[in-house]
Amino acid sequence: MTRTSPLAGVKTDTLFVNLGPQHPSTHGVLRVGLTIDGEVITKAVPDIGYLHRGTSKLAEVRGYHHCVVLTDRWDYVSAMPNNLVFCLAAEKLMGLKIPPRAKALRVLMCELNRIASHLLFFGTYGIDLGAFTPFLYAFREREMVLDLFEMCCGARLTYNYIRLGGVMVDVGDNWIAKTKEFIEYFKPRLDEYDTLLTYNPIFMVRTREVGKIAAEVAVNWGLSGPNLRGSGVNYDVRKADPYCGYEQYDFEVPLGKSGSCWDRYFCRVSEMRQSVRLCEQVLATLPPGEFMAMGVAKVPKPAAGEAYAHVEGARGDLGIYLVSDGQASPYRMHVRAPSFINLAILQEMLVGNKVSDVIAILGSIDIVLGEVDR
Amino acid sequence: MTASGSGQAPPPKKVIPDPVFNEKNGRLLKDTRYWPTEVWANPWASPAYRRGAMLLIGIIGAIFATGWMIGELAPLGDTLYQLIASVASAGGLPQTATEATWIMIKALIILHVVLINGLWAVWWERKISAHIQSRVGPTYAGGFHGWAQTILDGIKLLLKEDITPAVADKWVHALAPAIVVVPVIIAFAPVSFGSQLAAADIDVGVLYIFAFAGISVIGVVMGGWASGNKYSLLGGLRATAQLVSYELPRGFSVVPVIMFSGSLDLSVIAHAQAGYWLGFIPKWFIFYPLVGQLAFIIFLIASVAETNRTPFDIPEAESELVSGFHTEYSGMKWSMFFLTEYGYVLLACFLLATFFLGGGAAPLPGLEIIPSWIWMLGKAMAMMFVFLWVRWTFPRFRADQLMDFNWKFLLPWSFANIAFAAAALLYLS
Repeated sequence: MTRTSPLAGVKTDTLFVNLGPQHPSTHGVLRVGLTIDGEVITKAVPDIGYLHRGTSKLAEVRGYHHCVVLTDRWDYVSAMPNNLVFCLAAEKLMGLKIPPRAKALRVLMCELNRIASHLLFFGTYGIDLGAFTPFLYAFREREMVLDLFEMCCGARLTYNYIRLGGVMVDVGDNWIAKTKEFIEYFKPRLDEYDTLLTYNPIFMVRTREVGKIAAEVAVNWGLSGPNLRGSGVNYDVRKADPYCGYEQYDFEVPLGKSGSCWDRYFCRVSEMRQSVRLCEQVLATLPPGEFMAMGVAKVPKPAAGEAYAHVEGARGDLGIYLVSDGQASPYRMHVRAPSFINLAILQEMLVGNKVSDVIAILGSIDIVLGEVDR
Repeated sequence: MTASGSGQAPPPKKVIPDPVFNEKNGRLLKDTRYWPTEVWANPWASPAYRRGAMLLIGIIGAIFATGWMIGELAPLGDTLYQLIASVASAGGLPQTATEATWIMIKALIILHVVLINGLWAVWWERKISAHIQSRVGPTYAGGFHGWAQTILDGIKLLLKEDITPAVADKWVHALAPAIVVVPVIIAFAPVSFGSQLAAADIDVGVLYIFAFAGISVIGVVMGGWASGNKYSLLGGLRATAQLVSYELPRGFSVVPVIMFSGSLDLSVIAHAQAGYWLGFIPKWFIFYPLVGQLAFIIFLIASVAETNRTPFDIPEAESELVSGFHTEYSGMKWSMFFLTEYGYVLLACFLLATFFLGGGAAPLPGLEIIPSWIWMLGKAMAMMFVFLWVRWTFPRFRADQLMDFNWKFLLPWSFANIAFAAAALLYLS
């Protein structure tokens, strides 16, 4: 006797769901076309370009000083490294020599900005996984960093602080005292975050086995920053190709083990501790002197040539390739945007996971759509 | 005030420091900010916080004092019943008219318990979550700590446009909020709010409550299905799986309570926990070694899951499903879902207080002068605080992990707990 399943005649189908561009947790205007079978993803297609402003093209009709303004708008969560990488490339073209105080200030600002950026990640990742409270804790502290930037250069988001040849203004004694106050306040907060979210059992069970990237896969997809280091690959531009005198400071590169969402998260939280260490060292050894190099032209016209500079931004290896033809504006500017390259692996990672994991994985990649689309 | 004389300096005035400008750069940027870091790290350093704590203690004391003055509510109810009966007999109406009026009054009271609870719980949740997150929450509406915030929100919701999506199944979409909200009001009938303060003394009260509480899930699924939204559909489907699953450990965790008290009547269960061991340890079920604590924890977890709150809020899952099954609802229809959620929270709190915390029994001998309904309310509110606390602390489970947790942890342990209880009863007898 043969038995037929009662569900034999039932037609089942997959469901197409648009995740974004107006979705609470796509961190901007990303759209992911998800094909789901029940709750399991069978296909995921990230769709980008909603925030495209063509800054690489715009740079070709602007002077070098003006291009720094454009860089602020890429990764608006951590704009200081963007300023820095453009200035480094342009300074290479112009052959400028940067005074030591300016170098130290650049390092200080970039590290403070890394803290601000990772705090945003920490908070929003909590929200992605349903924990709302860490978000407001993180923003309370991030607000202090933004206050510091506002005290220093007047802007809270798009700083335009690092300029060709140095930095915009010197920092005052009050500012240094305030920064030290922030650092002293911030150090115990990091332990608080660990108790609140990092070692929370539900958080760990949500993230430890999800979104694993093997080291080879990560290298093959060109990942960088905490996404790469979460897989255990020790590559940090600050160590591998030091700039602005990073070689004279003592800091570690935190590495993950299995490349899961939790490892990537943990890398970022550990990096905040290292950034605090770096800030302390810079403040202790801040050299006196000028904050701006002498002889930076009002309208720089570097000799024809090309230059590549890269820094360790908050999201990874941020690089700029500049070509000059001797005119007042760059002939070509190409950006190696870490968010854009990190996002590419998403379509492979999402397949086979649950809908809830999409949010966990997307959050752990930590993209900023301003940098993806530029 | 003159500087000469007493030598006692006047109290220092609170000085807000002038902004220090960064003269080094010749820039007019403020160089100082007010960072109350010592308050963020330790709220007790703030005098306002200490004042607030004193105020809270004062309010609680005032509630106890008021309760002591009013006394038990059951005699008042009897007086009211006699009054109605005398009016009815004076008007020549039959006995059934008195009964009908009396039932009507009780039903209205129950209805208002649920509705007023919505107002109170939303405000309280907003305040608690705010203070957990180092905010202050509503402060403006009504003046005193924003007490009128939810009332104004309710008016806003009443005035909002009621939107039905074009692709929605109109009738099902409209019916779903009603099907969700009615069972919670009905389920309150046998809840005992104190000694002899139950709207209906039902012999199978526990079964009755669980049976009606299970109906709401149909409304949730209907809402998710009829909205014509894929996120809503996913939310509705998740809700079905979750709510049906968590009914089981929730029901089984109460079985030891029923075994020890020997009744399904909530008033009897509460009454069975009266008295003290050694003269001071109350005979509440939560103090029964092992069995009591295990049952309490399972029931608490399952109740949080039943009410769709974090860490079990996967049917709503804001960051995944936008708002889950009630994404496409607006205005009062939407607030029906909200009302239901808070209604179930209150129901769970009263059940926790009845099953595990002795109902209206006083925690220490000598405190019986404060009436039972105050104790019941206090215990329920304490439990509600736990609900809010949990919600604003934990991240969310994933749907399949939630099921694992239910079927592989809660359910086996609730079965084991029944066995423990049976062994204990055998040993005692």
